[in-house]
Amino acid sequence: MRVAVIKGGRSLERAVSMRSGARVEDALAGAGHDVTGIDAGEDLVGRLKAGSFEAAFVALHGPGGEDGTVQELLEILSIPYTGPGVAACLRGMDKVLAKNILRERGVPTPDWVAFNSTAFRELGAADALAEIEEGLGFPLVVKPGAGGSSLGVRFAASADEVPEALVAAFSYDDRVLLERHVDGRELAVSLIDGEPLPIVEAAPNEADQFNYEARYEIGRTTYTCPAELAEAEARAVSEAAVATWEALDFAGFGRVDVMLGSDGPQVLEINAVPGLTDTSLLPMACEAAGISFDEFAERALTLAAGR
Amino acid sequence: MSSTDPQDRSGRGEEAARAVPRHRRAHTTSRDLERYAGLFAARTRVMRSSAMRDLMEITARPEVISLAGGLPDTTTFPPESFAAQMTRIAQESSAEALQYGPTEGFERTKDVICEVMGVEGMRPDRDDVIVTTGGQQALDLIAKTLLDPGDVVIAEGPTYPGAVPVFCSYQADTRQVPIDEHGMRIDVLEETLDSLAAEGTAPKFVYSVPTFQNPGGATMSLERRRALVELARERELLIVEDNPYGLLRYEGEALPALYELDGGDYVLYAGTFSKILSPGIRVGWLCAPPPVMEKVVLGKQAADLCTSTLTQYFVGEFFGEERWMDYVDDVVAIYRGRRDAMLDALERFFPAEARWSRPEGGLFVWVTLPDYINTTDLLAKALRENVAFVPGEAAFTDGRGSHSMRLNFSAQSEDEIREGVRRIGRVIADQLDLYRTITGEHRMVEPGAAAAEEPSADVLPLRRRPRGERD
Repeated sequence: MRVAVIKGGRSLERAVSMRSGARVEDALAGAGHDVTGIDAGEDLVGRLKAGSFEAAFVALHGPGGEDGTVQELLEILSIPYTGPGVAACLRGMDKVLAKNILRERGVPTPDWVAFNSTAFRELGAADALAEIEEGLGFPLVVKPGAGGSSLGVRFAASADEVPEALVAAFSYDDRVLLERHVDGRELAVSLIDGEPLPIVEAAPNEADQFNYEARYEIGRTTYTCPAELAEAEARAVSEAAVATWEALDFAGFGRVDVMLGSDGPQVLEINAVPGLTDTSLLPMACEAAGISFDEFAERALTLAAGR
Repeated sequence: MSSTDPQDRSGRGEEAARAVPRHRRAHTTSRDLERYAGLFAARTRVMRSSAMRDLMEITARPEVISLAGGLPDTTTFPPESFAAQMTRIAQESSAEALQYGPTEGFERTKDVICEVMGVEGMRPDRDDVIVTTGGQQALDLIAKTLLDPGDVVIAEGPTYPGAVPVFCSYQADTRQVPIDEHGMRIDVLEETLDSLAAEGTAPKFVYSVPTFQNPGGATMSLERRRALVELARERELLIVEDNPYGLLRYEGEALPALYELDGGDYVLYAGTFSKILSPGIRVGWLCAPPPVMEKVVLGKQAADLCTSTLTQYFVGEFFGEERWMDYVDDVVAIYRGRRDAMLDALERFFPAEARWSRPEGGLFVWVTLPDYINTTDLLAKALRENVAFVPGEAAFTDGRGSHSMRLNFSAQSEDEIREGVRRIGRVIADQLDLYRTITGEHRMVEPGAAAAEEPSADVLPLRRRPRGERD
């Protein structure tokens, strides 16, 4: 099959995407496909049109790749593509929209409040901060409304730290959310075609408990797959992930991030184009399930073509 | 079959990739990762944050006005003289220029080094000089020779961001002594030495960029230079003087190097041709007393046997023409204009809360913002405006510097510098405004002059920066 692997782009997650894309290219080429890697830029549509591709593997992280933009272009060009469709991408990329849908469908997600900067600049939202902080409690998590990486995500241990954390989060998106911090275990459930794979646990080292950047470095976070969970816990977590997948109408593959606290699993977010690098969680989960990366890539492509 | 994107970092075009099938590396599994993690040396645990690494990657996009690099402007070097020099090497010394050379470097290169140092008033013994692969290798060799894990190194705060990974990779315990507009605070250095002595330890060396400091922009005063050299003698302390920019002075009187004041007993000296000729040739040097040099030579043999003979030949040719000071003068004139353009633009476009250094030379201005602005986050926002800088955290080993930034003025035209500074100023003003809105201390801030027109009753009291963090 003639396949375009779309990667790179201009987002802050460019570097990770280049690595994800390269790995997918290798896997698909090894399986005998005619693969062209495309670094998403101004010539993307031109190259997609000229290439007479039978399918596209979207390995583009962040805005552009995960928010439905590239998917919309591929729809117009009638090229089947991997991962969720336009609407599901929109829902997944927007953490606030996703959380609203999850709440409506009864899928547990931590309490939150979301604002855009206009709320502060023009509507005096600052006056409500004290009430919000009281409602959510400390520490609370401040994060940009969009984006899947750790960039701009901060813990605020007290009211003093909230303004700085908000300004930081607003650097990445015009909308931010303040979220109740769930004290518990960090888990990730990858899914292929709605089927949950073994759960990965990310345990940051003691010193990096409140440092999101540590999540991306070997040696600063310990990953375990399958996570050591009681059977009932594992089932509840997987069910929450499947419920999230269904609520947001996902397709192809994706990854749901879950916190397991004392009152059960709480869904943080779903990623439409999760990392596919050597150190990423979805490949780790595939491996634990006995699915090689090559098999995963092939399966993603089959799901795309069958849509 | 796999083809590689032309924009791929591999740099190979599609045609080449088609012609030679790429070796398919078996990808690592999580078990491999664990295995590698078990094999990694302890020193690899000290890594820079990946977030900043990813951000820095996109500063290289062509549409970005990058004030992030430390690049000299190599477009100023006349291609025709480059061609003539390389042709002469090919015609007259082809075999030698393509051969290995002595580990210490060619005598011809050392002559040139002595000549360059002579212009700055230093008279090194030629036997005390080793040619290194860039000034960076000089730092690495010093660290390799002197540091055991846990040894204390004293550096300036902020310090050269490229020195941080060097000290980290030898697992040094780096302590940073603040600088002010007169360079390293010698009084704080003494306090630090005293408290180290109380802990029963002493630093292996003090690392300083005394002249046009990277990134702080400060130049150590003569008084402090003398005090530092004196202190080194008294306490038998090694000083590492890193002087890549000494000849790039745009105003003021030249000051003697620490190496000159000391005579080369307690001061090791790292120099480079990167800023006065070319960074691409990777030729620098280190001056050290014989006992240290002996070990440094062994370290260099292990690292790379010798510095590129081809580029040493180029250095010889270029300096043989005896017009090198003219070239330095040309570059200085260009950079002076760019520095002025940057300082003017900062005055115009940066908010009143910002503080910055006014360097008399070198390549950088160091800007400090109120402490509620994180410059790594600010960079993410600035990149959307297609402008980049280096977040201050890169110049510290302990997470400080998060509200400072380094701006380079040598690599862009004056127009681009103005536009770049204007864009950064706009992003900062926006952040400050948002912060005030959130904290209820609202005041609309327009960059530059507009802010001054605000009624003074509305003006927020300035947050005081700790001493030593601004000039």
